[in-house]
Amino acid sequence: MSLGAVGALILTGCGDADAGDTPTLTWYINPDAGGQAEIAQQCSEASDSRYNIETALLPLDAAGQREQLARRLAAGDRSMDIMSLDPPFIPELAEPGFLADVPDEVEESTTQDVLAGPLEGAKWNGELVTVPFWANTQLLWYRESVAEAAGLDMDQPVTWDQIMDAAREQDKYLGVQGTQAESMTVWVNGLIESGGGSIVENPEAPADEVSIGMDSEAARKAAEIVGTIGRDGLGGPGLPTSTENTTMIEFQSDNGSFMVNWPFIYAATAAAVEDGTVDQSVYEDIGWALWPRVDEDEPSAPPLGGINIGVGATSENQDLAWEAVECIVSPENQANYFVTNGNPAASEAAYEDPAVREAFPMYETIRESLDQAAPRPQTPYYNEVSSAIQQEWTPPASVTEDTPRNTAEFIEAVLKGDQLL
Amino acid sequence: MSTVVNPNAPGTEPGSLAPAPVKGRRSARTGLSDRAKSERKLGWMLAGPAFILMLLVTMYPILQALWDSLFSFRLTDPGNKEFVFLGNYATVLSDALFWKDLGVTVLITVVTVVVELVLGFALALVMNNAIRNTRGLLRTAILVPYGIITVVSAFAWFYAFDITTGYINNWFSWLPGIGPDFNWFASQWPALFVIMASEIWKTTPFISLLLLSGLAQVPSEFTEAAKVDGATWWQRMSRVVIPNMKAAIMVAVVFRALDAFRIFDNIFIMTQGQYGTETLSLLAYRTSIGRLEIGLGSAISVILFICVLLIAFVAIRVFKVDLAGSGKGR
Repeated sequence: MSLGAVGALILTGCGDADAGDTPTLTWYINPDAGGQAEIAQQCSEASDSRYNIETALLPLDAAGQREQLARRLAAGDRSMDIMSLDPPFIPELAEPGFLADVPDEVEESTTQDVLAGPLEGAKWNGELVTVPFWANTQLLWYRESVAEAAGLDMDQPVTWDQIMDAAREQDKYLGVQGTQAESMTVWVNGLIESGGGSIVENPEAPADEVSIGMDSEAARKAAEIVGTIGRDGLGGPGLPTSTENTTMIEFQSDNGSFMVNWPFIYAATAAAVEDGTVDQSVYEDIGWALWPRVDEDEPSAPPLGGINIGVGATSENQDLAWEAVECIVSPENQANYFVTNGNPAASEAAYEDPAVREAFPMYETIRESLDQAAPRPQTPYYNEVSSAIQQEWTPPASVTEDTPRNTAEFIEAVLKGDQLL
Repeated sequence: MSTVVNPNAPGTEPGSLAPAPVKGRRSARTGLSDRAKSERKLGWMLAGPAFILMLLVTMYPILQALWDSLFSFRLTDPGNKEFVFLGNYATVLSDALFWKDLGVTVLITVVTVVVELVLGFALALVMNNAIRNTRGLLRTAILVPYGIITVVSAFAWFYAFDITTGYINNWFSWLPGIGPDFNWFASQWPALFVIMASEIWKTTPFISLLLLSGLAQVPSEFTEAAKVDGATWWQRMSRVVIPNMKAAIMVAVVFRALDAFRIFDNIFIMTQGQYGTETLSLLAYRTSIGRLEIGLGSAISVILFICVLLIAFVAIRVFKVDLAGSGKGR
């Protein structure tokens, strides 16, 4: 560190002492379309040489990001100044004290107009441990032509049963993510929460006391939906290996009907039209609504995602890091990031931005969805819970009414250390 | 993995000093001359640093893993580190998942090594009998798959067979059961088939190269004499050629078996171990890197290490018998 500073001093010339003294903050970012790097540069410039943010790229998938962050934090890496964190993994990192406490004044300045869903996901044990940066939620995307042919009024909330029937009658494929990955947990959690249940009943309990709430009506209904889509071929032959990306490609094809997916698909489809791989008529045929209901009388609980910003407990520049975080998550930056990178803002004010409203005509639905959204289980053992669900609930055709109970027993045995995962 | 084998001595145990025993015997009888002594000293001085470095970089992680495997230790819960002695091994060995993964690993090892041996032998024969001026070109062509990075070839095979981007379903739709709706990676056997096929495609050249050096060792007088005696092609192969290159075959089998047993990249890229395609190294990875359960993961790694040692031990035992046998024959 000091060697680097000396080096910088020599390189920039002896007179320019300021540049040599500027501390460098490392920001570990998840891959995006370049938006975070841009924000890093803007904030560095705005800091008046008080700090300089350098970005370090994490792996593409959420699990890979978690692995790298957890290993670095556990090893006491002092370069962990600022981190982009996927909310489900926050408790695991907060519990052992890997994350620095959020100072009161930062909490006040960064969370005032944050939407309810994302704010809940930024806490652990009732304390704010990270700051929401952007918030993601899944919508129900549909091909207007298919919905019309099926006679569905998409202005009214629709249920899973309705879209399954529509896909069956029209001989089209439903876009759901059936591969053995985090997306499976996202789907299962959304179904169970929408049915009024919860995967983990006591998320803050130690490993051997965690109680899995899967022996419930909501979980059995979720299993029925997943199993039926699998067995009746409603998700197409690609279902057991389908990811967010492959379902989007399927949705853009002639087989597309309804799809639950994140808003990135709208920008991605627009880009595909520009590249000439997707027809303009397909783009114009896309409609959106809130995530489907499980119970027709109860609002759905759409999946919640996004990125929060945390500061490492071993960072040598914590005060400066928090200062940088305040700059990073400003509503203007969030609105700009939303427009340029397609990732919805966590701040309510960002939705007032005219540029956001123009680029994302579904902004109203996204905001509504974020308010209704339910987080995935917030427990330090999230990885175990999620991996077990992924193993037990794939391939979708194998899911039966016994799956929820088997999953609960499996998770409890793994957490007690009696079984491998 | 070290894949350097002296082509002139296919029967040599890799890493061992083949001429040493001969020299040793003579010097024991006659006493070491000053020159021999200083040569030996120079040898140690030249090889010593590398030897010590090797020992450090291999022994340190092995010992660390052995030590870690005795603890219940989760990286994100350092406060609750607890000594459990062999508890982790009991958990692993009593779990059905471990035995299932071991089964998949053994299956992949046996099938790929057998198929590679047959194909590799055929390729070696082709290379051996090729007309002189096509030999170089032929060898290069056969070696191309081996030169490709495993991750790259895994992606190539994955995209070829994938249901959304692949062309295999299209090309082979005339085969029963294969069509645009066939998802290769959605169930165990088709997925294992693709994994093993890509593994075989990639490493057969290695085996064929080893076997080629073995073929070159068989004196042409032997086969010519057999020919004169009226032996058929098959008899020449099974009675003369193959028995005389047993040592080369064993080297090829041991190297490939050890490599195949640790298979990781192909599966990691293609299926991440889902739908019954997980092997022991993936299980070790998922436990120690994915779950950050350092203790449990180390125990699996140690078991994997012991399995590899066993294979090497058994093979080298078989080997030694062979070496003595072929030595007498000569």
